[in-house]
Amino acid sequence: MGALIFYLLAALTIGSALIVALSRNIVYSAFSLLGTFMGVAGLYALLAADFVAVIQILVYVGGILVLIIFAVMLTHRIDDVAVSNRSVGRLPAALIVGAVGVIMSVGVVGARWAQKADVQAAPTTYGIGDAFLGPYILPFEFASVVLLVVLIGAVVVSRKEIREETGS
Amino acid sequence: MQPFIDRLIANGAFAGMPVEVVYALMMILFGVLVVFGFFLPIAGVTSWLERRVWARIQSRIGPNRVGPQGFLQWLADGIKLLLKEDIVPDAADRPLFLFAPYFVVWGIVATFVVIPFSSSLIIADMNVGILYLTAVTALVVVGVLMAGWASNNKWSLIGGIRSAAQIISYEIPASLALLPIVLLSGTLSTQGIIAAQGWAPWHWFAFHNPFTFIAAFMFYVAALAEGNRTPFDIPEAESELVAGFCTEYSGFRYLLFFMAEWGNLYVIGAVATLLFFGGWQVPAWTSNTVLLNISQFGVFFLKSYFWVFISMWVRATLPRVRVDQLMILCWKYLVPIGFMNLIGTAIWMVVWPQGNRVVQYGLVILTVAVLVQFSRRVRFHLRRARPELYYSPAI
Repeated sequence: MGALIFYLLAALTIGSALIVALSRNIVYSAFSLLGTFMGVAGLYALLAADFVAVIQILVYVGGILVLIIFAVMLTHRIDDVAVSNRSVGRLPAALIVGAVGVIMSVGVVGARWAQKADVQAAPTTYGIGDAFLGPYILPFEFASVVLLVVLIGAVVVSRKEIREETGS
Repeated sequence: MQPFIDRLIANGAFAGMPVEVVYALMMILFGVLVVFGFFLPIAGVTSWLERRVWARIQSRIGPNRVGPQGFLQWLADGIKLLLKEDIVPDAADRPLFLFAPYFVVWGIVATFVVIPFSSSLIIADMNVGILYLTAVTALVVVGVLMAGWASNNKWSLIGGIRSAAQIISYEIPASLALLPIVLLSGTLSTQGIIAAQGWAPWHWFAFHNPFTFIAAFMFYVAALAEGNRTPFDIPEAESELVAGFCTEYSGFRYLLFFMAEWGNLYVIGAVATLLFFGGWQVPAWTSNTVLLNISQFGVFFLKSYFWVFISMWVRATLPRVRVDQLMILCWKYLVPIGFMNLIGTAIWMVVWPQGNRVVQYGLVILTVAVLVQFSRRVRFHLRRARPELYYSPAI
């Protein structure tokens, strides 16, 4: 049963990821990202990582996906963009993709997957909180400082534009 | 519901079936039960009641023809919309246009999974319940954006983008308002939050300290804005945008949008109740589990519906805010107040780990005094204004 659910979720994730990559209409690509994110959230839930699953939906669906859709929708005439960068060619692309594929396949096949006998559905939130404010407090605070810098940077960048427009 | 199903399995009700299949079937069964037995009727009755309350406030009569006091108006409206033609505009993006309403309804119905109707009536008591609640409302944004874009209509697109901007902005004050409660209760599970409160008002988290008192109202305002309700209904502003993102919709899909909106109203009330107003907590007046659960359901429903009722008043009395005012309210007022609440509650918990009884009683007395004064003023004005309009005690 667990395997069946896993394959369904994996099919959802990979299927929507294929649409994202192959669709000619970029709006469809943006919307089918939803399937990928939900599928990944489902996989997290299947692994008993409840907190991570919900945060995946909250951040990726509620934040990043909406941002991408916004960008796609607000771009003028996104359906027929004039491609300015010339493609390097199919042969180099195939070589690079093939090389990466071989490396990844070797990695996946060669890895010794640590297997737990049974996934225990226990609350993970306390553990994550303790880890954040205990052994991992430095990376945690560092990440928040980085986010703060990004936030202030965004404000500075957007304010500058307004000033230039009013000045000219 | 899991303990209940476990007991059924232990009693041999589903002998010979794999446990997972039983769980899956039961999940579907309870889902169908909640959607058709609770969500649909509550959305319908709310639509009727809102029109009646609204009419009353505006000295009109409102729908009063179908059934007693027009009570069955929502059924008539629903059947009418089901029978209408489902038009897809020629220029619309067909698959996305057809799919969008389901996303919106899905996002609202999914919240019912963690809403505790009583101490044992809950579909799934997740460890991350309240976080899940804020996360699945994100699906509504996707649906709204989809509807706005796929309609291929500039009013729809503006409405969809306004709505998405509004929901994303107001998610932050709403989450900030529920963080003090998570601090106080020490859990994210909805049942756990209710269990940390008591049946008496001074045990409710809204009256725990002044910061949570503010947070309760902040949450309500932010939730109304998230639900696109007047005074924050700029995505559907009919004077500017026809009907916003649902301009091009007709028939059943149009019905779905409005079902989601009115269903969401109950969700807002239920979440406010479970976070701040004690949830289903009742005094232990009987040892009969069934009776106790029925009374808990009743208390929870009344408390939740009280907030739905307040939102009807708000909708009938306040004018719509402008887009810039909406953003100013969110980012310049609600978000800083939210941070203040969070830090204030944390300090309060350090200073008074057991809570401060005097402050709790004081806040309850303050609230009661405000309510009494409010109802006295309302009565005074009702009597003086147009006595002949207010003869009938019905709505």
